[in-house]
Amino acid sequence: MAKQYPLKIIAFTCYNCAYAAADLAGSMRLSYHPAVSIVGIPCTGAVEPAVILNAFEQGIDGVFVAGCLDGECHYKTGNLHARERVRQLRGDLERIGLEPERLEMFQLSAAMGSRFAELVNEFVERIYTLGPSPVRPGLDCGGRKK
Amino acid sequence: MIVAEQKSFKEIVEYLRGKYDLLIVPCMSCTAVCFAGGVQQGEELASALRIHCKMHGDGLNCTVRPVTRQCDPEFIEELTGEVAQADSILSLACGVGVQFLAERYPDKAVIPALNTSFAGGKTAPGIWEERCSLCGNCVLHVTGGICPITRCAKGLLNGPCGGSEQGRCEIDPNLPCAWQLIINRMNGLGRLEELLAFQCPKDWSTGNAGGLRRLVREDLRLK
Repeated sequence: MAKQYPLKIIAFTCYNCAYAAADLAGSMRLSYHPAVSIVGIPCTGAVEPAVILNAFEQGIDGVFVAGCLDGECHYKTGNLHARERVRQLRGDLERIGLEPERLEMFQLSAAMGSRFAELVNEFVERIYTLGPSPVRPGLDCGGRKK
Repeated sequence: MIVAEQKSFKEIVEYLRGKYDLLIVPCMSCTAVCFAGGVQQGEELASALRIHCKMHGDGLNCTVRPVTRQCDPEFIEELTGEVAQADSILSLACGVGVQFLAERYPDKAVIPALNTSFAGGKTAPGIWEERCSLCGNCVLHVTGGICPITRCAKGLLNGPCGGSEQGRCEIDPNLPCAWQLIINRMNGLGRLEELLAFQCPKDWSTGNAGGLRRLVREDLRLK
């Protein structure tokens, strides 16, 4: 890995797939990067864009949303809605001035414990390459004041 | 309802140049229903602006304060306290709400965050279509509940024009011919022969060509 400074990454994971995959990764004694804080949710379709933007506003370095594979959403199409929202939000991040690569959508099944660990490590590596979020609290943006 | 869509982020940022204390006012009525100006969109816009300002070194303080309806003076009156703290207001209402805010708070810059598109409704999730041109003189009783003023590209009262093909408008093949729809509807209702009656030129005095329109209901006025 590149530079080893503390990162903060939030993973919004669906209880029916990615959250269970993370659980499985733990049961399999697979280690993945501790920078990732996992938030379990009933369906990735319930993740509101405002919540993801708020995470970035608070200075989080990266966010990923992990939902079910195509056709396996327990609420039919929540994962597809989430994927589309993430796609749109990446465009929004670009317009705001943040790298869109800081946001990603993954699709997994509950049996993919080792894949979850791999994806987390790949994502952390990506964020290390991008560097810390420019909106982290305490970073001096050198802005004009009132 | 009034259907609207959000202006581009770049455009909004441009309007906010030189502003420091911004009050973002979502509207809980039409623009919330069409996912353009509700609380969620207000919070998203506030977050996006805060991130942008942190990155570009602009000190912008954003507060989000939704109101039930911005086209109603009694609801925008509730904003008085928050407006006093702000130097400008970003309204997520339709053009009506923006103007009502500007009239009520004349010493503040009121900026529209949305483009007001049309009077219409949702035909499928994520799709809204225009249904009414607000002409002030409804003919839907004659045309089986399908508005030729809005849905016919030529606004014909005595259609069809003869240019449609396979039920599609000659102006835009993606557009169903309104008069084909009207004939199908009237045929289904067993009222097709009613369409033989000639419709006189429409009285457009109720339209918006003469400037601002006003509706007065004496029974509802405060005496």
